Amino acid sequence: MYSEKVIDHFTNPRNAGELKNPDGVGLAGNPVCGDVMKITIKVRKENCKDFIDDVKFKTMGCAAAIATSSMVTELAKGKTINDAMKITRIDISDALCGLPQVKMHCSNLAADALNEAIYDYMSKRNLTIPDDLESRHKKTIKETEGTGHKHDDADAPVDECG
Amino acid sequence: MPEKTSYLDNAAATRLDERVMDAMKPYFFDIYAVATSEFGYSLGIEAREAVDNSRNIIANALGADSDEFIFTSGSTESGNIALKGVALALGNKKGKHIIVSKIEDFPVLQSAKALEKQGFFVTYLNVDKDGFVDLEQLKESITGETILVSVQHANQEIGTVQDIEEIGRICREKKTFFHTDATHTFARLPIDVKKIQADMITVSANTIHGPKGVGGLYIRKETPVAKWMDGGFQEFNLRAGQENIPGAVGFAKAVELVTPEENAKLKDMRDRLIDLVLEKIPHTTLNGHRTKRTPQNANITFHFVEGESLTLHLDMRGFSVSTGSACFSRSLESSHVIRGIGGDHERAHGSLRFTFGRYNSMDDVDSVVSALEDIVRSLRKISPLGKKD
Repeated sequence: MYSEKVIDHFTNPRNAGELKNPDGVGLAGNPVCGDVMKITIKVRKENCKDFIDDVKFKTMGCAAAIATSSMVTELAKGKTINDAMKITRIDISDALCGLPQVKMHCSNLAADALNEAIYDYMSKRNLTIPDDLESRHKKTIKETEGTGHKHDDADAPVDECG
Repeated sequence: MPEKTSYLDNAAATRLDERVMDAMKPYFFDIYAVATSEFGYSLGIEAREAVDNSRNIIANALGADSDEFIFTSGSTESGNIALKGVALALGNKKGKHIIVSKIEDFPVLQSAKALEKQGFFVTYLNVDKDGFVDLEQLKESITGETILVSVQHANQEIGTVQDIEEIGRICREKKTFFHTDATHTFARLPIDVKKIQADMITVSANTIHGPKGVGGLYIRKETPVAKWMDGGFQEFNLRAGQENIPGAVGFAKAVELVTPEENAKLKDMRDRLIDLVLEKIPHTTLNGHRTKRTPQNANITFHFVEGESLTLHLDMRGFSVSTGSACFSRSLESSHVIRGIGGDHERAHGSLRFTFGRYNSMDDVDSVVSALEDIVRSLRKISPLGKKD
């Protein structure tokens, strides 16, 4: 059973959609279940720090996948990118009052998609990428390829969909 | 919870018909004795007669003789008796080879896998894009060591109905025994053992508004089935254990209550649902054959969205349906049937199964389609796949 909070974020997802001209784009997919998440971020500089000014998500997945994506955008908004990349799957599931054990991988996916967006932002600006973000990036790329989806897929428009 | 519930998962379980309940009731409260021999006391004899009478009704519906049908606890047990019973009887005599289709339901599939661990060899037949087994592969696979072929009559998820007449003919010609799982076709489609050369047929009560926990197995005379449920000598000494008398009575009543008109109505609902969804909702794919499918089953993939999300949204609006999505299953594995027909993860991911029953109406069809239009649109809006806003 899902918590009320999960159902709330599933039925009324926060920050759903896609930012125009984003500063960073992240895609994460789970090769086992096939869920795919895309996160776009806008970054603002203040006092020499990078803050996540706005963040939106798009997800194809189960209720847990949608709720964790929605929650990770809430947790990340307003944080510095350094703090945002420290958001763990436990943080996300705790904020949702817990997830069924079998759905914990969904919160992983949400954290990965956010990290990918931050990675994208940092690499575009030639910022020094911390080692653990680099290794997580490699792992996420590999797993996402396992779903058969690539960045390009998510970007490619498919016409006349309902 | 919504005020009205439209239950569209009749392949999983059905609502009991009150008339079935009425038929069963005396066997809980009045004639509750164990079924005895004709030399026993009156209550026991009456119980015996009830089981015999129920057996006659069901055997008759299959075109079989009464002593060719045993009651079981359901399809799972029937499938186990068929596969393991023949394996036990012939494994050390004729050979250790068994053939099943790769889209069988779990009782047959898992029985085959369990036998593999015991040293049997299993061929898993491929199916085409609609779910039909490869008959050439079947013919080529049967050897002198093959003791059993088990191919379902119709599929539990996509509803595709196999040509079991032809499969039976091939098996007979090649002198191997043939079991078919008719859980989703018994009473819904004609099955006559005089025409279909099946040696064993699995049937179940709970797919036709009968009681749960009751099923049966037709076993043609001379079919070698070893007894492995040991105890008493019930069910022609093939399956030990006190007879479930109310269950047997309920199963027979459920069979009697199914009419050709009802099956025609189910087919109309199925066809309307398929036509409406494919017409009104873009990016949808029908799973299974368009016409050679059970009258009660529609299975459709809604691309770019996920099945558990769909079922949850539908549930909030009062519709009960099931999905082949990995996210829905406890094992986190997507449907082996959709993958079996060549579908990728995504096709299984967004697949929904609608199965109709006695208590559904055309209103259910129209309302679920209109709910789906809405739900699919909103889930696609937040999906990274497909068209942008």
